[in-house]
Amino acid sequence: MLVDSIAALGRGVLDSLTRLGRGHLLLADILRGSGEIFRHPRLLGEQIVNIGVLSLLIVGVSGLFVGMVLALQGYYVLNQFGAEESLGVMVAASLVRELGPVVTALLVAGRAGSALTAEIGLMKATEQLSGLEMMAVDPVRRVLTPRFYGGVLAMPMLAAIFSAVGILGGYFVGVGLLGVDDGAFWSQMQAKIDFAEDVVNGVIKSLAFGIVVTWIALFQGYDSVPTSIGVSRSTTRSVVHAALVVLGLDFVLTALMFGD
Amino acid sequence: MKDNGSRSKAPGASTPAVTTGDSQPAASPRVPKPLVRIRGLTYRRGSLVVFEDLDLDIQRGAVTAVMGPSGTGKTTLLKLITGQLRPDAGSIEVDGLNIQGLDKPQLFKLRRRMGMLFQSNALLTDLSVFDNVAYPLREHTDLSPSMLRKVVLLKLEAVGLRGARDLMPSALSGGMARRAALARAIALDPMMILYDEPFTGQDPISMGVLIALIRHLNDAAGLTSIVVSHDVRETASIADYLYVISQGRIIAQGSPAEVEADDSEWVRQFMGGLPDGPVHFHYPGPPLAQDLLRRSAA
Repeated sequence: MLVDSIAALGRGVLDSLTRLGRGHLLLADILRGSGEIFRHPRLLGEQIVNIGVLSLLIVGVSGLFVGMVLALQGYYVLNQFGAEESLGVMVAASLVRELGPVVTALLVAGRAGSALTAEIGLMKATEQLSGLEMMAVDPVRRVLTPRFYGGVLAMPMLAAIFSAVGILGGYFVGVGLLGVDDGAFWSQMQAKIDFAEDVVNGVIKSLAFGIVVTWIALFQGYDSVPTSIGVSRSTTRSVVHAALVVLGLDFVLTALMFGD
Repeated sequence: MKDNGSRSKAPGASTPAVTTGDSQPAASPRVPKPLVRIRGLTYRRGSLVVFEDLDLDIQRGAVTAVMGPSGTGKTTLLKLITGQLRPDAGSIEVDGLNIQGLDKPQLFKLRRRMGMLFQSNALLTDLSVFDNVAYPLREHTDLSPSMLRKVVLLKLEAVGLRGARDLMPSALSGGMARRAALARAIALDPMMILYDEPFTGQDPISMGVLIALIRHLNDAAGLTSIVVSHDVRETASIADYLYVISQGRIIAQGSPAEVEADDSEWVRQFMGGLPDGPVHFHYPGPPLAQDLLRRSAA
């Protein structure tokens, strides 16, 4: 009984390590095929539309409400210390440094990442990837590489839109509804938000999240068991793994960027 | 019948003139050099032995059928021939090239001369019939748009789907999808086409069309065809040579008439479609009475 449990644990660890290795090999293969996006820029454009443009609605609406809630919660805390003029800084810093990149990555993992996994998994299940190979077309370079770069490039743009719309939402609630001074809201934000430390670090975060979210989504699809239940499980794993990795990676990046 | 032993030899396999000491097969004045030459092929999937020490030749210009019941590794054999899978032992040569020794660019170069019709058709679902057939031409040729259009229309005309060129794969019937995939498989004028279960799920009319197309394309374009199927009558009607495989080995081979006349119990069961015989109707298990009387939580 005990031996069986240990053996099962060992098998699980070995399976996980094997999958991790396959994932890294796939990423290396994708990166080796980077030239494909210059030879076929149209494929990259299509994926930026699929992953980026089609995620605009959910990212924009989420950003608006997150910014509005931030302003509401922030106002009640800051008001206790008579610092409600700092509401703009608080909203902007929270969005640009943390919530913009993180929530956007989680939203993209749920909307576009799951779609990528299902698409690649179904292409595998219906032998479309094998069909490409038999036509002497490398499916990793032709199908996966443009999607990878589409996701990596779309993520910072979506995060920027999330943050911008969130700040507008915070402005609407803070200035429009709660009566915070208009000039103080913007001027304090302008004075306290540092471009290099806050904005650039936020962009670096979203780029890192773009890499891991798209990579996980593509790998889960490419490595899925080519059955309906296999694709279904891969799609679930894609979202769960991406969310956990984004949150864990966010802690590491925050510690590196903003820790003393 | 050529052989019905535990390990069958492919035609020409025992002819000394066929092989030399090096990896390239030598030409023989009597035995034409096969397009595909498999020797000592062993392939395992986990603990399951799919093929064991298999020898098989595919002669140029012929329609060669590989038959056997479901699950015997027929599709696996095609994947091994096309380099999608790698054998555990043995060698596979296609047109004199050892598949295992090829790197990716070399393998892709060889695949441009091979067409494959997948069981699922493998049509790209976001492209129209025209664009599916044009896909390999756009990838591997520098044809002008007008020339490419003409070539695609001719390929579609060959399979009777010129009028369906603007349809999406989701709008095609099973038989039409199979023919569209066939048009794509012949787009680059390959030397060989591999058919994976081409007749599965086809109505009698579509099946008749496919049977005629496979034979006609093979003869008209000077192709070599490998048909993997368990549809005995249809496959035997167009094949020049048959291999019957089971449990990882060739159990019969020869012309359709020779295989038909085989008197081994296994071949008679397979060719006659008999429900019981060496391949049992029941999956192995304990006796029914024992199973019924056993107390079980399930």
